[in-house]
Amino acid sequence: MSYAFDFSDLSQYADVLLHGVVVTLGLTGVSTVLGGALGVVGAALVLRGPAWLRWLIAAYIELIRNTPFIVQLFFVFFGLPSLGIQMGEIEAALLAMTVNLAAYAIEIVRAGIESVKHGQYQAALSLGLSGRQAFRYVVLPQALAAVFPALLSQVMIVMLGSAVVSQISVQDLTYAANFIQSRNFRSFECYIAITAIYLVMAILLRRLCNGLGSGLFAGQKR
Amino acid sequence: MKTPSFARHTVRLCSSLLLGGLLLTSSASHADALQDIQKNGVLRVGVFQDYPPFGSIGPDMKPHGYDIDMAELLGKALKVKVDLVAITGDNRMAFLADHKVDVLLSVGQTPERAKVIDFTDAYAPYYLAVFGPTALKVKNAGDLAGKTISVARGTLEDLSVSKVAPSSATIKRFDDPNGAISAFLSSQVQLMVVGNDVGATIIARQPAIKPEQKFSLFSSPDHVGLNKNEGPLKEKINLAIAKAKKDGSLNAISQKWLRTPLPATL
Repeated sequence: MSYAFDFSDLSQYADVLLHGVVVTLGLTGVSTVLGGALGVVGAALVLRGPAWLRWLIAAYIELIRNTPFIVQLFFVFFGLPSLGIQMGEIEAALLAMTVNLAAYAIEIVRAGIESVKHGQYQAALSLGLSGRQAFRYVVLPQALAAVFPALLSQVMIVMLGSAVVSQISVQDLTYAANFIQSRNFRSFECYIAITAIYLVMAILLRRLCNGLGSGLFAGQKR
Repeated sequence: MKTPSFARHTVRLCSSLLLGGLLLTSSASHADALQDIQKNGVLRVGVFQDYPPFGSIGPDMKPHGYDIDMAELLGKALKVKVDLVAITGDNRMAFLADHKVDVLLSVGQTPERAKVIDFTDAYAPYYLAVFGPTALKVKNAGDLAGKTISVARGTLEDLSVSKVAPSSATIKRFDDPNGAISAFLSSQVQLMVVGNDVGATIIARQPAIKPEQKFSLFSSPDHVGLNKNEGPLKEKINLAIAKAKKDGSLNAISQKWLRTPLPATL
């Protein structure tokens, strides 16, 4: 073992790395908001919706959870254009990440809703709330508080898994490292650098969301 | 882990002596390759069998391609039969040095190779080019402005187009050539940069977007490779190449396999 590390010429690519960080965080942020919202709506429909819709959502969940993310990504980016559906690499990555996260989020939120005792719902109804209000103001907050850590873990998986979007030329953090090491041939240094950046990003994001979660769900913890 | 330096030197010395000895004896026993070829009535040509459109196995399980036609052309010029020998990129120089083949095809001229073997004149174009749909007007690097171009990251394709493309061009870099080609074929990018060999193979499959060659970026034509000090054989092959260039038979081979006319500069 006598590898001479040389990080010196990494600094001239600082803007490439920074751009990569922004793209990775942006993709994660947007797909989390969209995927999370779809997760809540989907979970409600799975539990309360008509049978055909329940069946459709179940099929969607099975399809997404049992196929590799990179294949879903290639399907959107290389496959859909053959059907005349053309989108750029950023849109394709966002769509694939959102669709992927939503499938997992539906299952997580559904488990959360089922964990709320039915008596809570009945009590809300007996207080004069409509079924929709009871779900929105009584059941859902408790459900989300219960599954928040699981949802957060899934978001982390999506953020770290987003490294594969570099395969369709999205200029995320992994793309930045691949690009730099194809120019300066310092692959070890590049990957050490982005490993550290991913680590810091994940820890900070987790802290931020945990803080946000305990603020949002104050008093909901059971 | 370090080998003691004297041991490494000994190994190096022995291997170079051995190699030198081999080369000496073999060149002594093969005074003139051309005489041997004419005496045996067979020209042994080293060709790739996994490198379309230059050399690959056809539907009839026989090798076909630009190099196969070129080998036949050489056989006719020397008035001998042709024996096609399957070689790989790794073993072909050794095949030539060991006289298992008389000549190699698809040899690009590099300074490293020039130390070991000799080259005839160029017989086939090899270059990187920008490919795009017929409908898109692109004639030179300046026309790349505002266009999207796919390449395999870090390859010669990437480096050579990155050098000439204007800053308003978007170069999308994929992990491997397949990604770059797929992105082009599914219209995710407008143009792609690949070798003329790959380009010809894609055009031959007639994809929906009707690609064509726009302009070339980097050229390293193919030569016939042969052992050093084979003057008469080299002269004979150069004559055959010159004649084939003049009478259009080489152009016909280029049209057939590369789907472009033979460049006048070759």
